[in-house]
Amino acid sequence: METNKYKQDINITPELQQRIDELLSHYPSDKKKSALLPVLHEVQDAHDNWLSTELMDKVAEILEIKPIEVYEVVTFYTMYNQKPMGKYTFEFCLTSCCGLRGADDMMEYTCEKLGIKPGGTTADGLFSVAGVQCLGACGYAPMMQLGDFYKEHLTKEKIDQIIKDCKAGNIILHDK
Amino acid sequence: MATKILLDKINVPGIRSYEVYRQQGGYSSVEKALKTMTPDEITEEVKASGLRGRGGAGFPVGLKWSFIDKKSGKPRHLVCNADESEPGTFKDRYLMEYIPHLLIEGMITSSYALGANLSYIYIRGEYMWVFKTLERAIKEAYAAGWLGKNILGTDYSLDLHVHCGAGAYICGEETALIESLEGKRGNPRIKPPFPAVSGLWGNPTVVNNVESIANVPWIVNNSGADYAKLGVGRSTGTKLISASGHIKKPGVYEIELGISVDEFINSDEYCGGMMDSRPLKALVPGGSSVPVLPAHLIYKTANGEDRMMTYESLAEGGFESGSMMGSGGFIVYNDTACIVRNTWNFARFYAHESCGQCSPCREGTGWLEKVLHRIETGQGTMEDIDLLWDIQKNIEGNTICPLGDAAAWPVAAAIRHFRDEFEYHVLYPEKVKNRDHFMNEPFESIKHLITN
Amino acid sequence: MKVTIDGHEIEVEPGTTILQAARMIGGESVPPAMCYYSKLEDTGGKCRACLVEVSKGSEADPRPMPKLMASCKTGVMDGMEVKSISSDRVLEARKAVTEFLLINHPLDCPVCDQAGECDLQNLSFQHGISQKRFKEDKRTFEPENIGDNIQLHMNRCILCYRCVKVAEQLTDDRVHGVCGRGDHAQISTYISNAIDNEFSGNMIDVCPVGALTDKTFRFKSRVWFNKPYNAHRNCTKCSGKVTLWMFGEEIQRVTARKDEFHEVEEFICNQCRFDHKEPTDWVIEGPRKFEKFSVINQNNYTRKLDKVVIKTEEHILEGREQDRIKISMKNIPYTEHESKE
Repeated sequence: METNKYKQDINITPELQQRIDELLSHYPSDKKKSALLPVLHEVQDAHDNWLSTELMDKVAEILEIKPIEVYEVVTFYTMYNQKPMGKYTFEFCLTSCCGLRGADDMMEYTCEKLGIKPGGTTADGLFSVAGVQCLGACGYAPMMQLGDFYKEHLTKEKIDQIIKDCKAGNIILHDK
Repeated sequence: MATKILLDKINVPGIRSYEVYRQQGGYSSVEKALKTMTPDEITEEVKASGLRGRGGAGFPVGLKWSFIDKKSGKPRHLVCNADESEPGTFKDRYLMEYIPHLLIEGMITSSYALGANLSYIYIRGEYMWVFKTLERAIKEAYAAGWLGKNILGTDYSLDLHVHCGAGAYICGEETALIESLEGKRGNPRIKPPFPAVSGLWGNPTVVNNVESIANVPWIVNNSGADYAKLGVGRSTGTKLISASGHIKKPGVYEIELGISVDEFINSDEYCGGMMDSRPLKALVPGGSSVPVLPAHLIYKTANGEDRMMTYESLAEGGFESGSMMGSGGFIVYNDTACIVRNTWNFARFYAHESCGQCSPCREGTGWLEKVLHRIETGQGTMEDIDLLWDIQKNIEGNTICPLGDAAAWPVAAAIRHFRDEFEYHVLYPEKVKNRDHFMNEPFESIKHLITN
Repeated sequence: MKVTIDGHEIEVEPGTTILQAARMIGGESVPPAMCYYSKLEDTGGKCRACLVEVSKGSEADPRPMPKLMASCKTGVMDGMEVKSISSDRVLEARKAVTEFLLINHPLDCPVCDQAGECDLQNLSFQHGISQKRFKEDKRTFEPENIGDNIQLHMNRCILCYRCVKVAEQLTDDRVHGVCGRGDHAQISTYISNAIDNEFSGNMIDVCPVGALTDKTFRFKSRVWFNKPYNAHRNCTKCSGKVTLWMFGEEIQRVTARKDEFHEVEEFICNQCRFDHKEPTDWVIEGPRKFEKFSVINQNNYTRKLDKVVIKTEEHILEGREQDRIKISMKNIPYTEHESKE
């Protein structure tokens, strides 16, 4: 599996702990493992959008489960990143309807503009681009996911604007 | 204007908020249910409505409810399946995003009918902002006394929470969804036991689609019989259709079941006709898993009857000449679309989303994708087309869950109805190297080219 | 409860699965099982090799089941009628499953320690097709070291999940599992952790293919050159009942004892398996019997072999003669009537 090449500073802030406790309260006290998926989302969002082995071990400790149970889950679901990603990760839906309405062109345009390949990250760590499977926005194609939100009906002009906004720090990634 | 059950208030300003929703008569079904009806009476109304599961399988909702094990004495759960991930489908998101309290109201009324005191909404992780929207709406409902202990002073208590997935189509399968809700990998369970007997944490559980549950308040407020008056035959009520592809107005529409496919595609009330007025080539009427229909089988069935938007009419002709209602993901293709490319695109989706648990699906979906990719890029042979047919046949019916079938059916239908297009790819590899090979070369010309 | 499988009728207890009932009947109707393991809970249903046709649901509801059913997970009903090898649909499906299991399998049997006792070999012998239709590159995985005792060859794995269940049910600290998904799901510890606990060696015995093999036996011999003996020792951790795989006087491998369905009779501890390789450690009970057509029997020393004449250089023959003496274990007495069944 992935070798651990990157370092991550783990910081379970009081706010994060409070949010974890809130999520845990949604499940019976003997079913802590059920909170695994939402907790991983929160922890990942608070740690630059990726999960190191150490961070996963920390989650295992919080939920009182075995580390392998966390690894199994993290590698199953596509939204958890096991290596650092760009601060702004553009995830283009490439399935059917988006494909029909030019998603590949939009992704190629973005990659060219940023000088990276799909799956890659810019040298300054600001942007990543990835192709993903159906995001459930088929009627608003082509589209991409950025943080917690969707950017729909994409055009080259819109992409230019989004990149500009990202660089200027005008994009909200998470709905907290 | 046709009757609207789910979206009649969608244009009311501020309907997203609790106050406006309540002013518009929201949560009245909870009052009526808890104060004047027994749980079994509600189940009977839902049975009488003929409401069928809106997630894709079309199984009668009332019947599903009646299977829940009430004898064991174990706690029961209602889980709402909001893991909408079928390519072509985006209706549940629309409902939850714009009128979140309707789903919550439906969850309370339905949970009461099932005797569930702890219920969940499982939403796909990509809909993160909708997850947050629902979380806030649930807090509002708690604050207003619709959730929690002794709702409306009755002895009924309910806790409702929203749970998010993290990117896995397979979690839309009800047992995989339950596994995921338990914090595990989304591997579907082997049935039996069915969730109605042993579901979430081994307790009796009902899993229903968002749209199914959102219909319950109307049925309780009016009656099952009133609901059954809408629609045609066994296709009662209204249905949300997610329309996408080469049409003028993609979006989510609520239709009364029984209008014609022609009306849906061409009337200004719905899709508004074909984009750029190009000819219609193919239709996937119910999400990526259902068989694709070629142009001559879209408006008319094989025996010349009008094709209607009902479970029965869309399936008319079986897999030979029909398709399925599925989840209502209505994808329209014009003559510039390449069926081979689209079939490969679907196959790539299923290969990506297979959980990898059972061998036919794990190995077969990847194989389909590879062979289709070869044909699409002009490296296929005529034998490959037969091989594809064999692979899909070997997957279908032999897997643990329906994902195998869902991967097999689109391939089978594409070969059945568009074999000449596959052959074109084999015969003219140079022409198909360009990704948009049908853009400047309309479909009608293919046959002509082959005889050249 | 009465159930009929391929025309054979049998009375079974409620709760019996079709596969278990078929095993009671025995013979050719027993469906192949690549993932189900009766000694482990919650196994089965995944490989789909054991699919059968239920042509009559039960006396009460005689309708046939529309889909083929996984016999290891389907309970019998009174009056149920099942077709295993008597159904063309079933044979088709098994052929399909076999092909699916083989398309990405490396087919490296000549260098695989499992060869000769591999369930996938047996399955493809029975249900495989001779021609290959998979033109693409086979899937490969990065090698992962999981410790000194067990060799993991992920490329050969068929994801039966048995080894995961062993770790879950026999030990209290599972460190490996299934990571990734789809056709890239793999058995892994994720962090190249050593799988090290007293019962981990049982993962080797339950593995139906050569994905998990005994590192201490690696490339030492082919299993059919070994002589299997049942033996036992006093062990505080397990029953101490094992099979020794010998080459001459040397114990090359220790495994649990396996039954006719290749399942272990009793799980054994790692001490018995890895740490006791001296014949003096064991009380040898006698030769282990194998089913008639097992490749291991091809070298059964209790059978009179035809004289083999090899025309080749003398010094090669000399070397072979030395091997032959070891293999046929001349100093171990045998009686004529103990010939194979």
